[in-house]
Amino acid sequence: MFPRTDSQHHWLRRTTKALTAATLLAAVTTQFCAETGELQGPAPLTGESLTVVSWGGPYAKAQEKAFFKAFTAETGIRVRMDDFFGGLAQVRAQVETGSVHWDLIDLEFADVAQGCEEGLLELVDIDELPPAPDGTPARDDYFEGSFSDCGGAGIFFSTIYAYNRESFPAAAPSKIEDFFDLKRFPGRRGLRRSPLVNLEFALLADGVPAAEVYAVLDTPAGKARAFRKLDSIKDQVLWWDTGAQPVQMLADHEVVMATSFNGRIFHETVVEQQPFVIVWDGQVLDTGQFAIVAGTPKLAAARKLLLFLSRIENMAAFARYFPYSPTRHSAAKLISTHLETGVDMWPHMPTNPANMGRVLMNDWHWWRDHHDEMTERFSAWLLR
Amino acid sequence: MLSSPRARAGALTLPLIAFLGVTFVAPLGTMLWRSVHEPVVADALPQTLALLEAWDGQAALPEALYQTAAGEFRQLQASRALGGVATRVNRVQGGSRSIIMRTARELHGAAPASWREAMIAAHPAWGEAAIWGAIRQAGQRYTIRHYLNALDLEQDIQGRIVAQPQDQRIYLKLLGNTLAASAAITLICLALGYPLAYLIANTKPRWSNLLLLAVLLPFWSSLLVRSMSWIIMLQKKGVVNDLLVALGLVTEDGRLIMVYNMIGTMVTMTQLLLPFLILPLYAVMRGIPPLHLRAAASLGANPRQAFLHVYWPQTLPGVAAGSLLVFILAIGYYIAPALVGGRTGQFISNLIAYHMQYSLNWGLAAALNFVLLVCVTVILVAYNRLIGIERLRFG
Repeated sequence: MFPRTDSQHHWLRRTTKALTAATLLAAVTTQFCAETGELQGPAPLTGESLTVVSWGGPYAKAQEKAFFKAFTAETGIRVRMDDFFGGLAQVRAQVETGSVHWDLIDLEFADVAQGCEEGLLELVDIDELPPAPDGTPARDDYFEGSFSDCGGAGIFFSTIYAYNRESFPAAAPSKIEDFFDLKRFPGRRGLRRSPLVNLEFALLADGVPAAEVYAVLDTPAGKARAFRKLDSIKDQVLWWDTGAQPVQMLADHEVVMATSFNGRIFHETVVEQQPFVIVWDGQVLDTGQFAIVAGTPKLAAARKLLLFLSRIENMAAFARYFPYSPTRHSAAKLISTHLETGVDMWPHMPTNPANMGRVLMNDWHWWRDHHDEMTERFSAWLLR
Repeated sequence: MLSSPRARAGALTLPLIAFLGVTFVAPLGTMLWRSVHEPVVADALPQTLALLEAWDGQAALPEALYQTAAGEFRQLQASRALGGVATRVNRVQGGSRSIIMRTARELHGAAPASWREAMIAAHPAWGEAAIWGAIRQAGQRYTIRHYLNALDLEQDIQGRIVAQPQDQRIYLKLLGNTLAASAAITLICLALGYPLAYLIANTKPRWSNLLLLAVLLPFWSSLLVRSMSWIIMLQKKGVVNDLLVALGLVTEDGRLIMVYNMIGTMVTMTQLLLPFLILPLYAVMRGIPPLHLRAAASLGANPRQAFLHVYWPQTLPGVAAGSLLVFILAIGYYIAPALVGGRTGQFISNLIAYHMQYSLNWGLAAALNFVLLVCVTVILVAYNRLIGIERLRFG
């Protein structure tokens, strides 16, 4: 139609060549991957797939390695992972509008309890979960208070704060009070954009004993006290949403200290060799569980996955990738070394008594009733 | 039916009308409907609300009300539907959610002698008027409270419209910040864009093409990438600060804080929006014959006078179009503030997104949306009065 110049011809020919090469390469790679997959001898793919929502980053990578590859190999059901950063909002939106496209979700314990009570999660009978190898039923194998009516599997993880060693060549922070001490430790801080844990940290640092934190928070004066304490550092805080942000801020010296999850800091220090240090004093210990989103069209497969995740060997396998301790006695006994680096995992576990000098157990009863309220209040507070 | 040629020609616009209906009128309509229609509590607590209707907000409440409310709470709790109701009451009055949920959990046993006493034993708040007022208000099927809320107002228990408590007034301030920051961004864009557009319009074609390419180039990369790269530029150990320290303009400890605040938002948005000002301005400037300036000079005008009296007035349609475009785009921006704005550099759209995605208070999100829509409309009308929409030229 149009007369082409020589250079256009040349260009076209080259593009075609490049495209052909790329297509061939893609085809070969797919073929290769399919073949290596087959070598491991898994169940044939059923064409079924589940969407599992977790927290992203090295944590989700560890889950993929420890859980989902093995699950696909055993059942032929593929697992697609998606990220979120906590809370029930997206689940609620899906359930209430009747368009559920998440199947399994990794939640903080208070959210499992609240979502269960509100019908956002499928009920799971604890007696359905696989027993311990010695035959102990799951009900007796779980640590006290660490199972719910809607959850399966389970980890203990902790919110701590960490600092960059380079920021404090002389005296370094060692207590939760130091996080709020701008005089002795000047510089910006990173905190999660959520009332969770921040209110507890504030009260602990304000001198409330760990055992009384929730009793104090339950009163209007106690809530005001927590916000007042946060006010004292508000101008110096950068707020983070996803777990990747606080470690980035620490590495960039954008903040001198930041709250984070202990497993994330473990990954940064042990695997990535970053100069970060965890302050265990005042750690807030919490439970995490997987739960099934109510009304998922793939209920049977989702249940299958939840039971798979609750097996002792799988719960223990995860603890070889990430320093979150299993919530079942028989799995916690199997804690050993980090698979990739050979590091002993026990010193990095939040449940190690050496790390539990001053520890606050997250009270999910309180947060189940107050999470929405406090989030609303916190959001308004942030904007003032 | 389509007999006349006119009707047949008109039928050609049907796809457009359908498109506008689906993409513009329907969502806007749904949004407005949501901002005034709130059926959840009304559907869930019909009997309790019927009993509350006659109440004046002061008189002691009858045992029958306590019994009915307790019954409905228990029923909703059993069907796992109470949480949604409690959350909505909580939006009227903070703190209500935990009161309702706790009470429902404690009322599980056999019927007590007095429901009133049983509920007050479960939570003392039931002996006071506030929570009942909140339930009554949340139970209004058709309501203006989202609009009141969006304007930092609320209804008290007698139904009077009063200001929100001091610590909950956030939206008007945020709206003011958004408008002010958008205006500032527009002015900065104008200051940066006007000379550049002039240069592109009046230099040799080879250079102008190159400059135009430089203006358009950022469009080819993702908005996210452009926003994120500003973090790398502006952060404490970022490119700009490193340069300033190397030049000795700031000390190592005095590194400037330019990101995760309003400065970060303004810098990023200025860069993102600059092309929208340059392009219409350039198009208009290219249409101004250079002869005009020479004619002015030959009639004795100095360069300043020639610019002010001959050139500037002719570029006004482009200036108006470009700045209007930038201003309106800026008001609705939300990704850049979310990424680089930190706590203080947020725009009203970030709050709308928050209520859409996280608090799930869609009624309030819709009301805030409508307030924003009204602002934009007012600005457009004012612009029309001052300059005349038909005089705007986008190229």
